[in-house]
Amino acid sequence: MPSLFTKIWSEHVVAERDDGSALLYIDRQLLHEVSSPHPFEALHEAKRRVRRAGAMLAVQDHNVPTTPDRLARVADPESATQIRLLRENARSAGIRLFDLDDERQGIVHVIGPENGFVQPGMTLVCGDSHTATLGAFGAIAFGVGASEVGHVLATQALWQRRPREMRIVVDGSLRSGVAAKDVILAIIARIGASGGTGHAIEYAGGTIARFSMEQRMTVCNMSIEAGARFGLIAPDHTTLEYLRGRPLAPGPRHWDAAAAYWRTLPSDPDARFDREVRIDAAALSPHVTWGTSPQDALPIDARVPEPDEAADAAERARRRRALEYMGLAPGTPLASIAVDRVFIGSCTNSRIEDLRAAAAVARGRRVAPGVKAMVVPGSGLVRRQAEAEGLDEIFRAAGFEWRLPGCSMCVAMNPDRLEPGERCASTSNRNFEGRQGKGGRTHLVSPAMAAAAAVAGHLADVRELLQ
Amino acid sequence: MSRAFTTLEAVAAPLPQPNVDTDAILPARFLKRIEVAGLGAALFHEWRYAADGKERPEFVLNQAPYRDARILVAGANFGCGSSRENAVWALYDHGIRCVIAPSFGDIFYNNSVNYGLLAVVLEPARVEALSALLTAKPGTRLQVDLPAQCVRAPGLGPAGFAIAAHAKHRLLHGLDEIALTLEREPEIAAYEARRRKERPWLFAD
Ligand code: SF4
Repeated sequence: MPSLFTKIWSEHVVAERDDGSALLYIDRQLLHEVSSPHPFEALHEAKRRVRRAGAMLAVQDHNVPTTPDRLARVADPESATQIRLLRENARSAGIRLFDLDDERQGIVHVIGPENGFVQPGMTLVCGDSHTATLGAFGAIAFGVGASEVGHVLATQALWQRRPREMRIVVDGSLRSGVAAKDVILAIIARIGASGGTGHAIEYAGGTIARFSMEQRMTVCNMSIEAGARFGLIAPDHTTLEYLRGRPLAPGPRHWDAAAAYWRTLPSDPDARFDREVRIDAAALSPHVTWGTSPQDALPIDARVPEPDEAADAAERARRRRALEYMGLAPGTPLASIAVDRVFIGSCTNSRIEDLRAAAAVARGRRVAPGVKAMVVPGSGLVRRQAEAEGLDEIFRAAGFEWRLPGCSMCVAMNPDRLEPGERCASTSNRNFEGRQGKGGRTHLVSPAMAAAAAVAGHLADVRELLQ
Repeated sequence: MSRAFTTLEAVAAPLPQPNVDTDAILPARFLKRIEVAGLGAALFHEWRYAADGKERPEFVLNQAPYRDARILVAGANFGCGSSRENAVWALYDHGIRCVIAPSFGDIFYNNSVNYGLLAVVLEPARVEALSALLTAKPGTRLQVDLPAQCVRAPGLGPAGFAIAAHAKHRLLHGLDEIALTLEREPEIAAYEARRRKERPWLFAD
């Protein structure tokens, strides 16, 4: 009867309160430099200690410049302070840190999986809302605020109320040029930016089962854009093969026992969900967002919608406001919207398969005149792999910048950001006002669609380039 | 870290648009600040200030009676997006002690309880009525009564709201959750010892 989520949840309950909340044991915590300084400070002030340093892994990613000079100096003093504080806090608590000079450094949600730190059946938190990315391994992985980060540092546990459960079943084969990113954008457009609020989402169905771990992570990553703190996928052969041999995954001594347990985790056939949504993957086209909420996604051959077609007054007002911010007129074909910048990166789309997909489009083409395009691998290991495959050469030859790993232009906290009014095709996850820089305008797309926009100079249907 | 909340009677400001995200509440560049005091000046920064740093008169919190608002009546899905607790700190530092909305981002809601800001969920129609009242009569004071779990507004009947018993208890007394959980250390240790046997690979660190 129990679902994947329920099995993991039940296994982690240390205590329960009669108001329906449970004290969950937290197996792992990822730390980054932005959401950790305050909890560490509070911990020190209260003279508490980090309860289980070995269950933590730390990395600097949000603030870090992506240019080679970052090792010598981080120019922004506030960024430099956060980077240094994490270094000091990790060192004094005995927490493993992938520092800026470590090839394993990268975006927190990229480095966790690729080092085997995240495994099926775990509970894992991070002071970052995209932690659901890691639910792709069949784990309860969720974003928490600073107080909760501190709570886990001190107690290795966290009080949580049990969410409702939703299953999104995706079946059918994706057509050429359609990516995992398009699947999740279509899902968010369907259920809305708050459609998953209060829920844990299990993604299931044949399409998901055929997805690689990279594709699964892209889908789970944007669960929070539908309001859900949790997104998860049943562990299977793909999951186990991905994990086998990773440095922090179970070694030969424990592998068989771990794998046997992991195989018991998928939802039972008769598991019940509070809500079920079905998506036909074969009917999907490449998507792009036009507004300032991730739910504002449409197929690339659509037009900018009329605000007045929305059902209620608040939504009409929101759309008008979004179009004003985006500098777009209703009725404009999405594929005609010119871009100034292209960003390929972020925890949504900076893994090796993402870079391959973008490189396949960039190969033998040139970034359009006037467009600035950059590729930011999710980690040093992704970067090395891409270079071994010659992807960096393809990008450079096409006129893309090839950067060092970090959150980069996903979030305006480091030197990579949009100027006011600049328009960007971005593989990141949030098109909120100002997210990529004050006044910046974001169109969310897949890596292949971002590369297509770079060479076309405007949002473009990548399928026309793949023919 | 937690601050107490019992009852509050104060001016409320309407901000009815849905999906106000935490990047709008506090843009990411302000997350680089270690200092929490003063964050209120950056609250809703892009909406509050023009490029030259001057206040935008059209933004609700820049208008006379609403400047002193300690209650915000917001749209659905308020606080969606990033997990930054700094958004709650900025609201609090500005003087906001309570946000009323039809729904909240899940992480924002938890962050609010943890910091001592009261997030109240009311029926959409009731929130709309409150917004309309505050817009029609700027400076209207609302009464938020946590012990009675009730919001009172002049001319509208009282509206009850739900809150988990423990969250209410913590807010009323400003209790530090970490201190409370540390009292359960024996239970956590017992769980850990059992699990270490059952799933040894999780403890190979
Ligand atoms: S890449 Fe963007 S969304 Fe992902 S962790 Fe970094 S800032 Fe957050």
